[in-house]
Amino acid sequence: MESMKRKSKLMNLLIHVILILVSITMLIPFAWMFLTAFKSVTEATSVDPFVIFPKVWRTDAFTSVIKNMNFIVLYKNTLLLILFRVICAVLTATMAGYAFGRLHFKGRDFCFSLVLLQMMVPSQIFIIPQYLMVSKMGMLNTIFALVFPGFVTAFGTFLLRQGYMGLPNDLEEAARLDGCNIGQTFLYIMAPLTKSSMVALGIFTAVFAFKDLMWPMIVNTDKDMLVLSSALAKMQGQYVSKFPELMAASLIACIPMILLYIIFQKQFIEGIATSGGKL
Amino acid sequence: MTNTKKRKVTGRARSEFLWGWLFILPTMIGLVILNIIPIFQTLYQSFFKTGDFGRGNVFVGLDNYAQVFGDKEVWQSLINTFKYAIVEVPFSIIIALILAVLLNRKMRGRGFYRTIIFLPMVAAPAAIAMVWRWLYNSDFGLINNVFPIQVKWVSDPQIAVFSVAVIGIWSIIGYNMVLFIAGLQEIPHDFYEAAEIDGATGVKSFFYITIPLLSPTIFFVLVTRIISALQVFDLMYMVMDKSNPALEKTQSLVYLFYKYAFINKNMGYGSTIVILLLVITLIITAFQMIGQKKWVFYN
Repeated sequence: MESMKRKSKLMNLLIHVILILVSITMLIPFAWMFLTAFKSVTEATSVDPFVIFPKVWRTDAFTSVIKNMNFIVLYKNTLLLILFRVICAVLTATMAGYAFGRLHFKGRDFCFSLVLLQMMVPSQIFIIPQYLMVSKMGMLNTIFALVFPGFVTAFGTFLLRQGYMGLPNDLEEAARLDGCNIGQTFLYIMAPLTKSSMVALGIFTAVFAFKDLMWPMIVNTDKDMLVLSSALAKMQGQYVSKFPELMAASLIACIPMILLYIIFQKQFIEGIATSGGKL
Repeated sequence: MTNTKKRKVTGRARSEFLWGWLFILPTMIGLVILNIIPIFQTLYQSFFKTGDFGRGNVFVGLDNYAQVFGDKEVWQSLINTFKYAIVEVPFSIIIALILAVLLNRKMRGRGFYRTIIFLPMVAAPAAIAMVWRWLYNSDFGLINNVFPIQVKWVSDPQIAVFSVAVIGIWSIIGYNMVLFIAGLQEIPHDFYEAAEIDGATGVKSFFYITIPLLSPTIFFVLVTRIISALQVFDLMYMVMDKSNPALEKTQSLVYLFYKYAFINKNMGYGSTIVILLLVITLIITAFQMIGQKKWVFYN
């Protein structure tokens, strides 16, 4: 008994060691980004002796990138992109998810198979036609162009449908007996019950809108219409060997999302778990 | 009596029809305009060559396809994409699965570890790629200095694609882990207790209980990871300079699609490349759907 206890204690220690090593691996790039941003170019590129911490914590790199990149505009564009994408996704997917999950009507199954089809096709298939549409509308370099492909979401529709299918029948029937029509039943009874799926979809949409690179790079090339990700891509060419500047800009771009994540980590992780896992 | 009942049913059915279509209408309009029609447009476009100096499209029949099949750059990028996927997918799944099992128990610091491991998921890929490029730098990058080696991580054509795959693994492990933890939490505890009575603990119960019961989740993660690994773009675009000598042996199919469609403005050829990607994705997914019968257990 004593030896078993000791064995499990040792096991526990081993597990912690593994997890700590993995955690360190996850953190090193972020730590390096942070430390390099405060270094001078000579410190950043010094080989011998190996410099981890900057001797003096300089902020030149930050002042330089803030002067050259309009972060207020970049944040604004990114925020608007995320906001509109989340609103559109949650609104359309909640309505369609309810209809697909709880109502019986002609044409439903065919329409739902189109939703599934969209999910199976690589998204690059849509990009050229979508770009040509935005271009023909004369809407390149607008917030509209950024949001455009996200007006509806097949994935979100699927996710919300799953959410509605998991709800019991009783409430809906009770509401119907009380004289609610389908719209009222949806609005007052059913939709509030899928709040967790909506939050999951919202977080999922926000994270992926923030991370998207190709689409914003294609449709918005004006300096004032870039988002954080495309601005970083553009900057890389201009600041070829100014590592502190590159790291400072990366840091400024990443920090808001990382802070949001740290504050709402439970919702983030559960959101991804419910939205990505159940099929 | 029967008459009124019948009328009630049809009334209900009509109302479900009207509300149903009202609710799906925005989604369906969007889906048709943004996705369904574009599938056919891309297919249509793949039979055209974009005229020089923007002079409209010229119908070339199957020329683009013939060109794709004879294009060494396309085949090389397909090989690169497979190399990337063959490294990224299994490692990101196996490591994530082990971490999920370790973190599924009650233990101190569980939330903390999960938070850290998931962190790369919320960073912009452009920023991640930049810092990794910096870590990989052959002269003064962290990796070559911590270990006394001189490896050209991202400019040696032999290894650059694998170096990029390591970044891919690093960024996606947390995501896979969260999906696995969600799956593990649905395995009833009784199974483990019963197995323990039969003498199966630790590694044995992992292989005889956890893996089979988690196989639907593993299958789902596998299918979705392969599909997205085949679409790798951001990392290659950010890590590989246009002047990088390893570019040719590293660029992925989607990178090539982007290059042809939006840099060289040859949307016809770009469309053909992406149709090739679609066909490959469908074939691989179909094989997995057939293969799953052998190892995925649904109860």
